[in-house]
Order: sequence, then structure tokens, then C-alpha cells
Amino acid sequence: MDSQKELPMKWGESYATPPSFRDRLFDKAFRGMAYIFTTLTIVLLAYILFEIGGKAIPAMQKYGLNLLVSTQWDVNQNIFGILPEIWGTLYSALFALVVGGVFGVAIAIFLTQDFLPHKIEIVLKNIIEMLAAIPSVVYGLWGIFVLIPIIRPFANFLHAYFGWVPFFGTELSGPGLFPGALVLSIMILPTVAAVSQDAFRAIPYKTKEAVYGMGATRWEAILRVMLPTASGGIFGALVLGFGRALGETMALAMLVGNSNQISLSLFSPANTLAALLALNFPEAGTTEVEVLMFAAIVLLVITLVVNVVGQLIINYSQPGGAKR
Amino acid sequence: MKVLKNVVGFIFTFALLVPSVALADVNLVGSGASFPAPLYTTWFKTFSRENSGVQVSYQSKGSGAGIRDFQNHVVDFGASDAAMSAEEISKVAEGVQLLPMTAGEIVLSYNLKGVKELKLPREAYSKIYLGEITKWNDPIIAKANPGVKLPDENITVVARADSSGTTFNFTQHLAAINKEFKDKVGSGKTVDWPLGDHLVKSPKNDGVAATIMQTPGAIGYIEFGYAKMTKLPMASLENKAGKFVAPGLAGGQAALANVTLPENMIVFVTDPEGADSYPMVTYTWMLFYKTYQDKEKLEWIHKLIDYCLFKGQAISDKAGYIPLPETVVKKVSEAAKTIQ
Repeated sequence: MDSQKELPMKWGESYATPPSFRDRLFDKAFRGMAYIFTTLTIVLLAYILFEIGGKAIPAMQKYGLNLLVSTQWDVNQNIFGILPEIWGTLYSALFALVVGGVFGVAIAIFLTQDFLPHKIEIVLKNIIEMLAAIPSVVYGLWGIFVLIPIIRPFANFLHAYFGWVPFFGTELSGPGLFPGALVLSIMILPTVAAVSQDAFRAIPYKTKEAVYGMGATRWEAILRVMLPTASGGIFGALVLGFGRALGETMALAMLVGNSNQISLSLFSPANTLAALLALNFPEAGTTEVEVLMFAAIVLLVITLVVNVVGQLIINYSQPGGAKR
Repeated sequence: MKVLKNVVGFIFTFALLVPSVALADVNLVGSGASFPAPLYTTWFKTFSRENSGVQVSYQSKGSGAGIRDFQNHVVDFGASDAAMSAEEISKVAEGVQLLPMTAGEIVLSYNLKGVKELKLPREAYSKIYLGEITKWNDPIIAKANPGVKLPDENITVVARADSSGTTFNFTQHLAAINKEFKDKVGSGKTVDWPLGDHLVKSPKNDGVAATIMQTPGAIGYIEFGYAKMTKLPMASLENKAGKFVAPGLAGGQAALANVTLPENMIVFVTDPEGADSYPMVTYTWMLFYKTYQDKEKLEWIHKLIDYCLFKGQAISDKAGYIPLPETVVKKVSEAAKTIQ
């Protein structure tokens, strides 16, 4: 169970042996490879930016920041604005982050803090990770045929009695922000749960022993010690999940309603950047392609900013988190 | 021995697989409209099977992508249900011959419990898509449907989320019958619907069909074949002559019979004349270059066109499309001769 209990000795080695020539060569080769792949990743990202950016330049010159603040999308009159899409992307991803985050972390606690026998833990962990293997389109179809009919009466009840709350301001006719974001939260669940579990498992066994040794109850231990200790990793999990939610395409394209409007209501149809790109690209003309490239850059920047900000928060708020 | 058996088995399997590819000396590649895709793929599969030596493949990418592929010479032929604009044609150096290959109907399907038949006056459905009629029991709809119990329910309008030839033809029709629609919305492969919360957009024909099916109170436009396949109810629409016509072969053929095909083969049937005509009918085109360098390819292209125009039309109806009237077939076949 615990890796620190004994260190295995192999082939009669002693701890004092200096690294052999082979070891050093291997180290060097490995380091070199790591450098090459890191550089390649950066080059690839730069190349993607260059490619998309190059194609987006005409649209940037023509529309500039206007594109970001205007709300109309009319190809026939060459009027383009992606504010509703930016809004929808952030709104749906945030909603998914709250729902998926709460459930993901709860699952991680449940599966790592000795609530269950070890074997069952492993089975459940694998089942949750299998959610990640389900294709996006299947989630979309499931949303249309199963989820929407289930949540419609519930949503329309909320609208009928709590319609004055802006979040319930419209009826849910079918596709809309709510079903889209709900499916999104299920899609980010495996990421959040898996990474948070790793964070919990990374807590040294000694810490746990010490906490219980002090006479803390299980929930005191979890809430006061385990959760804060793992918070860096959990935060990383949430950032990863948020990034995934921002970029998710097909399921949202099928569920979100693709309507160009900004509304606080969870039940009204909305749109996201990724869905806009996926659905308009195939038949776009020259001008529209440039605008879509611009929109793609915006999505890329949003994702990048989220990741960088997340990383910074981890680094500065958690001195322990930075070392991980 | 067992190993040998396996090896022989392998070789045998491959021997069976390879010839079907290797024997095709000519590969014809096309891409474009998704509207006629189910029909085209059936045609091409049968054609390739009946003629050894040629393999025709088609990718349903959408009309816009088809035109772009065609302009970039990455395909041997394209397909589009919005034809090609003069500007697009001018970008193809060797010239373009458009040939209408089949025609289809756009229908309005709806989801209303207990309402099996619905008549929609032209004023009603154009105003629904303008956002001016928002309830099912609107007097304009009720007046055309005496005896039908229409609910006091919001209309959820479903439109295509992707850019599409179906939207192009649908909005052209709406613009033709309603001046306000023409001024306010216009027509195109995507338009800016003035509908707000009552509008839901779904990708592709099957996406729209699924959304209508799942949404009580919904109405949406789809290709006839898709509505037939999913057994969605279709509204009878009022035509130019003021008669309500249900979607189907008879109404479609009547509409096409009242339209003459011009020299360049491009005509949009925005609002057909005739008492029996179904109002929303559209041709869909294949795009060919005027000249082909490869003589063998050219020969097969002519054979393919002939196959689609004559033998192919027989199965159009079953797939939910309108077979071309005989006069049209004759005209198209004449035009095909200019491809050299």
C-alpha cells in the first residue's frame, strides 16, 4: 500500500554505488529527449498560432475589437460579432466547472479517504475514468434524447414559480445553455476526479497518521487537513477541467441551441465559440473563414489565459503547490 | 503446418480484398452538398459495382465546401444545392458546366400532440420565421385549420445551425412570399433570424429532425427525405395559387413542370406557379469542368452523367427526391455534351 515502507533492492546493488557509465548515458539521452519534445511542443503551438493568426489578420484589420463587442452574425451583410459566443463559452464552462468541480472533488474524497474497501475503490475509479472515453457525439445524443426530456418539467417548474430570478427567466424549450452545460459538467468529471484523486494520494501517509493520531475525526481530517494539503493539485484539476469545458465542441453544438444572444437565463438557447467554429467552417466563404480564424484565436487566448492564471494562482497561493 | 495455413489464409484474404481496388483504373472523386448525399452515394455505389474499371466516391461536406474543392481542383466534380454564383464560376479557368441532377422538397415539420394534419397559410409560416407569430393558437393559423385543436403553447422555431443550401432555398422562398422578410432578414446559406429565445439551431438535417422530435411545440424546415425517414408530420403549405398542398412527389413534379430551365441550367424555384405545385422545391446541381485533360476520365464522366440522368432517376422517388421531368432530362443531357 505504502511505497515508503521498504525500498526494494535489486540484483545485489548497494545504495552506495556511483552511477555507472550506462546510467549516465541513459540520463543524458533521456534529458535530451525531454528537451527535444518540450521544444517540439512549443514549436507546434507557435506554428498553430502562426497559421491561424496569419489567416485571421485580414479580419483583425477589418473588424478589430469590434468583433469582440458586437452581437450580430450576419454572413450576407458581412456583419460579424462574437460577444454572445464569448459569453456562452464562459458561462457554460463556469457552470460546468461549479457542478463538475463539486462532484469531481467529492468523488475524489470518497475514493481516497478509506470510505470503501480498496478493491471497490479501484473498480469505481476505473468506471469514472471510462466516462472520458465516451465520444462527444454520444453525449450529445444522450443529451437530446434522455437528458432534455428529464429536465424539461423541472426547468419549466422553476420558470413558472421563480421566473423573476434572472437565471430562470425563460422556458426551456429543448436545447439550451442548461442541458449543454450539464452534459459539459459530466464530461469534465473524469478529469477533475482523476487529477484530484492523485492529489489526495500524493499526501504523505505520515500526515494522515499524524492527524488521526491527534484524535481528529474523519471529517475534521478531511476538511481541515487533507483538503488544504491537496488544494494545489485540486486547483490544477479544476483548471484542466475548465480548459476542457471551454474547448468542448460537438456535444455543445448539438445541445446548446446555437442562438446568437446574451441571456442570463440558464434555459434560453445560447452559443459557444467552439460550436460556432465547428458548424460554420464547412460552408464558410473567404471573408467568413477569416472571421472564424479570428474567433479561433480568441478561443485560444481565453484558454491560454485561464491556464496561465490558474498556474499563477497555484504558484503564489500555495508555496507547497509550486514544487509539485 | 498451422503457421503455413495462417499465411495462406492471409494471402487469400488479401487476394480477395485487393482486386476491387486495383481493378478500378479510374477514380472519380466528388464532394459537396449534403442535401442530395443519400441519393448520390446510392447512385455512385451502384454505378461503381456495375462498371468494373471505375470507382466513384463522394464526400458530403456541404455546398460551400464542394464549390471550394471544385475551384481548387482537388475533386473531379462538385455538388451544390445553391448552384454557383457568377463570381464563383469566373474563378474556374477552364469553365464550368452545372447540371441539375435531382430535385428535392423542403418541408415544415412540427411537434404538436394530437395534431396529425396542419395547414399553414403562407402568411403564417413566413411570420413564424419573422417572430411575429409566437403562439400555436394564433388566429392566422387557427383560421386555416378549422376543427383542429391548437394549444396555447409557444412556438419553438428550429433552424439550421450550420451554413446550408437548405437554408438558402428556404429563405429565398420566404423572401419571395413576404416582403418584410426580404427586407429584414434576406436570404442566404445562413441568415440572422430575428427570433431570440424562440429560436433553436441544430446542425445538419438530422439534427433539426431530432430537435423537432424532442421538442413539444417545435417547427422546423428539413429535406423531405429526412422527414419521411423519421416519420415526422409535415405541414401542408399554401402555394401561390392559394391552395394547400401536402409535400410529396405529385406536388413537387407539378412545381418543376412550371419552371423552364435556362441555358446555363441555373434556376431557383422560389415560388412556383400552378394550383397543384408544392411551394418549396429546389434543384440540386453537380458541377463539372468544361474540359478534362484525361480522356479516359472524361469518358467515364459522361457515362456517369448518363447513368444518373436515366437509370438513376428511377430510384429518386424512393429516396425522397423528385425525379427530373423528361423534358428536363433531355435538356440536361444536351448540356452535358459541352463537357469535353
